[in-house]
Amino acid sequence: MEKINFDQLQEELYHEKMSNGLNVYILPKKGFNKTFATFTTKYGSIDNTFVPLEKEEYVKVPDGIAHFLEHKLFEKEDGDVFQQFSRQGASANAFTSFTRTAYLFSSTSDVEKNLETLVDFVQDPYFSEKTVEKEKGIIGQEITMYDDNPDWRLYFGLIQNLYQNHPVKIDIAGTIESISHITKDLLYECYNTFYHPSNMLLFIVGPVDPSKFMDQLRENQAKKEYKEMPEIKRKFEDEPTQAAEQKQVLEMNVQTSKCLIGMKALHVDQSGDDLLKNELTMNVLLDLLFGKSSENYNQLYNEGLIDETFSYDYTQEQGFGFAMIGGDTENPDKLADQIKNMLFQAKNGTTFTEEQLDRAKKKKIGGFLRAVNSPEYIANQFTRYAFNDMNLFDVVPTLEKITLNDVKTMASEVISEERFSVCQVIPKK
Amino acid sequence: MDSTAEKITNMQGYKLHVIETDKYKTNTFVWKMKAPLTKEDVTKRALLPQVLQSSSANYPTTTALRSYLDELYGATLFIDLAKKSEYHIISFTLELANEKFLSDPAPLLKRGFELLSEVLSKPNVSGSAFEQETVNKEKRTLKQRIQSVYDDKMRYSNVRLLQEMCKGEPYALQVNGEAEDVEAITPENLYEYYIKAFAEDEMDLYVIGDVKEEEVKCLANDLLRFEDRTPKKLESTELQKKEKVQEIKEEQDVKQGKLNIGYRTNIIYGDSDYFALQLFNGIFGGFSHSKLFINVREKASLAYYVSSRLESHKGLMMVMSGIDLKNYDQAVGIIRDQLEAMKKGDFTDQELVQTKAVIRNQILETIDTSRGLTEILYHNVVAGKDIKLEQWINDIEKTTKEEIVAVANKIELDTIYFLTGSEAV
Repeated sequence: MEKINFDQLQEELYHEKMSNGLNVYILPKKGFNKTFATFTTKYGSIDNTFVPLEKEEYVKVPDGIAHFLEHKLFEKEDGDVFQQFSRQGASANAFTSFTRTAYLFSSTSDVEKNLETLVDFVQDPYFSEKTVEKEKGIIGQEITMYDDNPDWRLYFGLIQNLYQNHPVKIDIAGTIESISHITKDLLYECYNTFYHPSNMLLFIVGPVDPSKFMDQLRENQAKKEYKEMPEIKRKFEDEPTQAAEQKQVLEMNVQTSKCLIGMKALHVDQSGDDLLKNELTMNVLLDLLFGKSSENYNQLYNEGLIDETFSYDYTQEQGFGFAMIGGDTENPDKLADQIKNMLFQAKNGTTFTEEQLDRAKKKKIGGFLRAVNSPEYIANQFTRYAFNDMNLFDVVPTLEKITLNDVKTMASEVISEERFSVCQVIPKK
Repeated sequence: MDSTAEKITNMQGYKLHVIETDKYKTNTFVWKMKAPLTKEDVTKRALLPQVLQSSSANYPTTTALRSYLDELYGATLFIDLAKKSEYHIISFTLELANEKFLSDPAPLLKRGFELLSEVLSKPNVSGSAFEQETVNKEKRTLKQRIQSVYDDKMRYSNVRLLQEMCKGEPYALQVNGEAEDVEAITPENLYEYYIKAFAEDEMDLYVIGDVKEEEVKCLANDLLRFEDRTPKKLESTELQKKEKVQEIKEEQDVKQGKLNIGYRTNIIYGDSDYFALQLFNGIFGGFSHSKLFINVREKASLAYYVSSRLESHKGLMMVMSGIDLKNYDQAVGIIRDQLEAMKKGDFTDQELVQTKAVIRNQILETIDTSRGLTEILYHNVVAGKDIKLEQWINDIEKTTKEEIVAVANKIELDTIYFLTGSEAV
């Protein structure tokens, strides 16, 4: 077990790689009632073409299967794991993203038992044809719920505009049609390939004694047998750097229009320090351009083009990435034009001052402190960073090193008409 | 539980609540203003805090004010509106880094008080009116916010349920007010309302973080002073009763039907059976081990979400679910059966023990966040009670099956609301 100190933050992190390859991290948090733990596999909706364990050929699995598997893992021969967690006073949950599937619980008592339950249920699948069929009704309702949600449709519509081939454009839950092809055997095939301990990370944060928990986990893992795992082979088709579609308009049962402007990222092969610096620089650029203290934000607000739903965000993972800017608006076309113009001005030499950059960094540093109040944030983000070979606790030092020149270079390189796309939701006539 | 030790002091015009704890890396201020919910005032109460937070006397533009917040290591300032019982509550939340985690020793606690004081008591006014332009743009945003409820069908159907169920009661009003009342607000009459609200509302300030009570009191006393007042209390609200269950179906272009069912619990926070009601709700529909989840979702496969929740001060319980249009009768039937089962005491000791454990856990988790803690403590202000957290936890633990069955028999179905697609009816 190694111990890593973060002096400025007054935090300590404990780490051990178990002999089967599982990475375990524990962050003690004094004064908190709650312990929060996530058990995450580096397997998400984009991993739909791969070589299954002990096979030679690539297979393509139905859209939505990673998410379906997440649902089904909670069901066992003798009942539902939710029940067991609640008997032990815990609340449990799970989520599937583009690149990860995470199982989690939080509890203020019986933490050892709950941890054992978490690790055991994820490492002991039970899928049957009958329960797989039953789940199709439930997930079908989840899909229909999202179909009626204009913000979700807008977000996914934009990703579909940006990406031609990459599976990031596939809705995480799949479609009612695609999940109809899921079988128990396919679930086992995905499970056996992606749920090997060496592809997983366990993070525990709360008022806990790290060495006691490491002992418990070592003992737990020693009882289970795993074969040595070769590197997982995933396949992604080539993706052009330009956006697939310039614009898409969705007519829905809404009263207020919505507009999102997207920009496809460059350098999506990055990981580690390069990725960390790239995404932080992009975030600083977006803050300077569209933060509430920016001239642009106020211009858009004063013109009545945006309201409090306006937001911007940058996502980058292995193989894909995008910036998104927008929100509810009375005039979606005008908003799209204005935001594009603002981005082009930044590309062609809007000058930011040292003072603005300094303020943007301070804002991010304070935001980071606020975020690390949250056990959920620490566990989820630490895992995401680790899967991309980054360290969450490098955020502040990396941020401090960003220069005006970095921001300028970013703007001139990444902003480009061919990588833009617009998605709008407008009221149905 | 020490971290929840709340120290309350009467200040000039408001109460100060200090919670000293070293578990956060930030300090949080929550300023709450409470007044009876009325059609006349509610829209102004939705607009007022937005105008106050968009600029001030010393930071006369949004850019200036927001730049200053960024300068304070990304201090966050935001507004929340709520209704509890027939009260309307405005909350200003300001959160700042604790400088002990920064290399820069700026006195951020003091800056926080100064900023709160600036936003609350030094507005951007000329004469006796707010600045025209600010009011205009915030009116536009408010109209959009009111309208946006329509676009989120889960929220919309909940709002519609309450409108139908509480027709004629103030609770039918929405926290953001009414679109038709926005236009009539002027910089002058809003300023007049600002003076009135700060003279008459019941006001509370919560300060949570690694702070010293004495220092906080001094700063509060120096920087935040208002007139003394006797806050307006509601006349004791009469419990409403319907002769017959209302059933309302509304057609819209939706793929999934939204089923929202409202009940009168006839129990409010502070009543002796309030904690039994919490347990009732937990066994019936509050969690993923509850009867609704097991029977509507897991057994019948009808829904992805189905749950119940309480409005503690008004005495309501709401069930919500998203179902296929054709499954309306089946879903309503299963939900009714679960309430009948509760009335007959048809639940096991295990369900009871499990629910106690989960509720205890939920309370302890909620008080791990400064906002969650504030919301729990504020129940006492709304209800005019002094119930300690330890008592919550003890009373939950002591509650018996008989008490829960008695609660179940007080609960009355009031209104069933269904937002349905056009092809189903």
